[in-house]
Amino acid sequence: MVRFTDVFKSYENGTKALRGVSFEIADGEFAFLVGPSGSGKTTIIKLLTGEIAPTDGKIIVNDYDLTNIKFSKMPYMRRTLGVVFQDYRLIEDKTVFENVAFAMRVVGASSKEIRRRVPYVLELVGLDTRTRRHPQELSGGEQQRVAIARALVNNPRLIIADEPTGNLDPARSLEIMMLLQKINELGTTVLVVTHEKELVESFSKRVIAIDGGKIISDGMGGYYNYER
Amino acid sequence: MKGNRFVYYVREGINSIFNHGFMSFASVCIIVACLLIMGSFTLLALNVDSIINSMESENEIMAFVDESYSTADAQSIKPGLEAIDNVSSVIFVTREQAWDDFLDTYSDPGRLGELGPETLRDRYVIYVDDISIIAATRDAVSRVDGIADTTVHLDIAKTLVKIRNIVTIASIALVAILFTISLFIMANTIKLTTFERRDEIAIMKMVGATSTFIRWPFVVQGLILGLLGSLLSFVMEWGLYTLFSDKLMAGAELSLLTVIPFSVVSIPIFIAFTVVGLGVGVIGSLLAIKNYLKV
Repeated sequence: MVRFTDVFKSYENGTKALRGVSFEIADGEFAFLVGPSGSGKTTIIKLLTGEIAPTDGKIIVNDYDLTNIKFSKMPYMRRTLGVVFQDYRLIEDKTVFENVAFAMRVVGASSKEIRRRVPYVLELVGLDTRTRRHPQELSGGEQQRVAIARALVNNPRLIIADEPTGNLDPARSLEIMMLLQKINELGTTVLVVTHEKELVESFSKRVIAIDGGKIISDGMGGYYNYER
Repeated sequence: MKGNRFVYYVREGINSIFNHGFMSFASVCIIVACLLIMGSFTLLALNVDSIINSMESENEIMAFVDESYSTADAQSIKPGLEAIDNVSSVIFVTREQAWDDFLDTYSDPGRLGELGPETLRDRYVIYVDDISIIAATRDAVSRVDGIADTTVHLDIAKTLVKIRNIVTIASIALVAILFTISLFIMANTIKLTTFERRDEIAIMKMVGATSTFIRWPFVVQGLILGLLGSLLSFVMEWGLYTLFSDKLMAGAELSLLTVIPFSVVSIPIFIAFTVVGLGVGVIGSLLAIKNYLKV
């Protein structure tokens, strides 16, 4: 569950990125966060992942209060999240299996758990035949699937996908979105940050639109609210 | 710490050393160079101190007893001299013994003619604990009833003390400077490694790795490099010192010099090298990784 309550964020250079943002995403929900460049989308992601702290307001992510979370608790909050980026952020010298296993290893999973869980997740994202390949041997869509598998492998409560289809053609984009929808149907909350109108409109999901650091619309029914 | 985590830290640390082979080699070389210089100066300081200590024990105050005192009277002064601060030992020398000693050092006793022991005075040879306050001790000796005159080589004492102070201060300063340089270079070496792995570190943070988990492989890397550097420099120091001291002792003119055998100082030097090497490695790693763990 995510809850933003009247959140403000100003950077040291004086930029006011968020001006009183409030929204809530319930457990098991699928939502899009849309908005033009500089609207505050990236700031919201950074606040959700604990990379930055709000200037004012309250943020709750999966029962962690990020407004006064201890630094030592931050890794445990992050283990409830899975983050997928536009540029995949895979480790080039590790295989597909190792990239996914790496996410488990760094949170202290045993080799036995890793051997059991990683093949399952790779099968879920359709990469069970590519486990020994390196990222550079895969297509963009496949690399994004590896990133999704990595985000998924620690069984997070919330997946945040930041422009997950930004580097993909329409067909691959749709595949990735279908995969995220499938993950959502399995019980994981999904928040997709994007500015791709067609993609948002092809799914009948909740759309939170932001512009100028404020929520300008929030509801079901595609992209039109944001274009108003 | 779980066993599999320990294995992971060690494996990652070793991998990082080989993945950045040149920088690892460079940092070991720097540690070796710094430890060799530190060690050499420390050994020099120890040897100078040892030589000065032996010279100190030979640096004496000669106190001549008043000629009017009989030998028995002269001997009665001894407790008064022994009670003076900084006096370590007092030896009474009769005029006859002094005359015999004089003759022993004189190449042509026949030229002394009619001269005999009566030309000399009974005397005390007084040794001190601390050469730096020998002048004050001499003054105290002079004030003892029955002491007519004293002689001491103050210039030698002052020079010895000055040499020891200079060598000690120079050694401490050099060790501090070289330790800082080693630390700086080690930190930068590991910083380069962390810079190359910044994406990996960012991913680790993103998926919820703790700072400790991220930090340990780099600490292991620093530990191994530091330990390797200290062991290599110890072996090299041993070889160089032995070679140098053998050559020094072999010189006939310098045979009066005594050099501390390496076996006497090997354990403290080994411990010091290991502690400094490991310290440089670990502190350098922690400094290097610090900025990446702030998020």
